[in-house]
Amino acid sequence: MLDDFLIRAALAGLGVALAAAPLGCFVVWRRMAYFGEATAHAAILGVALALSLSLPVLPMILTAALIMASAVSALTGRGYAMDTVLGVMAHSALAIGLVAVALMADVRLDLMAFLFGDILAVTRSDLLVIWAGAALVLTLMSWRWSALLAATLNPDLARASGVNPRREEFAMTLALAIVVAVAIKVVGVLLIAALLVIPAAAARPLVRTPEAMAVGATLIGMGSVLGGLWGALMLDTPTGPSIVCVAAFLFSAATAAGALLRKS
Amino acid sequence: MTPAALVSTRNLRIDVNNRTVLRDVNIDIAPGEIVTVVGPNGSGKSTLLRALIGAIRPADGFVRKRAGLRIGYVPQKLAIDGALPMTVRRFLSLPRRIDNATAARALEQAGVPDLGPRQMADLSGGQFQRVLLARALMERPELLLLDEATQGLDQPGSAAFYRQIEEVRRELGCAVVMVSHDLHVVMAASDRVLCINGHVCCEGAPETVASAPEYRALFGTGTRGALALYRHEHSHRHDHDHDHGHDHEKSA
Repeated sequence: MLDDFLIRAALAGLGVALAAAPLGCFVVWRRMAYFGEATAHAAILGVALALSLSLPVLPMILTAALIMASAVSALTGRGYAMDTVLGVMAHSALAIGLVAVALMADVRLDLMAFLFGDILAVTRSDLLVIWAGAALVLTLMSWRWSALLAATLNPDLARASGVNPRREEFAMTLALAIVVAVAIKVVGVLLIAALLVIPAAAARPLVRTPEAMAVGATLIGMGSVLGGLWGALMLDTPTGPSIVCVAAFLFSAATAAGALLRKS
Repeated sequence: MTPAALVSTRNLRIDVNNRTVLRDVNIDIAPGEIVTVVGPNGSGKSTLLRALIGAIRPADGFVRKRAGLRIGYVPQKLAIDGALPMTVRRFLSLPRRIDNATAARALEQAGVPDLGPRQMADLSGGQFQRVLLARALMERPELLLLDEATQGLDQPGSAAFYRQIEEVRRELGCAVVMVSHDLHVVMAASDRVLCINGHVCCEGAPETVASAPEYRALFGTGTRGALALYRHEHSHRHDHDHDHGHDHEKSA
């Protein structure tokens, strides 16, 4: 069954959606959309590093994403405004990564696949990595869920009930790095943040509790993956952007539905 | 050091962004007492509470809590992002899940028994503060810390809130440390007032502090400087007095 490239693509996309949705809720709640973006952009730097040092790609992507996330946290702690730091770091990482890859003349690299993903080329071992990563992220999120939620609401309040907000932040950073590393194959560096933010934002008008939002975001994310894959096949369009288009459409539909619900 | 104290500080110094905000703080909070902290803006009142819960590390000295001390904390302000859906009931279960009976009792104690299914974002200022109080009561605290809990409430609203705190203290027997944003209104039930301006300028019974020269130097003399002790019989609304009082504060 896994011989069919379409089945593999669907499974890869569903795995990524499963991991990205609950994490995406926190990205939205904590107003970290650009944090996700910066972490994702750092991945291309990881790819360049891996190629130049002849190291395996996945661990290097993880490392670069983690370093980026920690650097942003450290800099914002020193009085720089968050959006300025992210503006500097996200685009620098992307630019430096692209230049570094171009400088390695002897390496033939399908840059487009890293930037926009190549879900139809997912192999069985890719699938294994994606689902292992998704399982790891889901485990981490459900283990830390309540503490992370308390820390998101108010760090002092969390502290008073014995939750260390910094530890929870680190758990979240770790989860973000893993999602970036496994999502690169599916939607690419440029659109990972979309898969984090859009399903969560789409679920928001339809729900009343954080848990319902996570479940809603998961369903919307999975729907986007399947819809986007099918659309790409029908219309012969690039898969990554097609998935994001479906997510954007679901966001508009949910927003309209939410407005109607409130009126009635 | 008082052995019975719930929490004590010795030679406590707190720096924020390399600037000393508080120094030489030596306080002991005894079980069951109500302590009100007053001081001008930026005097370090909230910083003191944050140091007591362990959110800020002392630059010098220390904060010692009794082992296993249960703390309830009501923060100065809590902005719940509109992107975060949260019912009152769910909020009470953070970070530890609690059963419905406990949640209902805490809401009851805080004076808002029917709010469970409401969205946090839809609550009025007074309701919101009471839900925060309910959540702080959840853990059956031995020490309740309130940071300008009546900010944004009108006079009758604050009066009602203070009354609630007294009731909670009576029921749970917990110590209460509250920062008052309104220098002139200090609960009559306060056992002690701490007047803070970068350090503890003076402390003692409300009446003692009101007549202390350090307090007068900070807040002036005459009617403006006097502590207006909130008492139950004054808690109903006097529209005229209310407005008058506000003019006074602005000119102060």
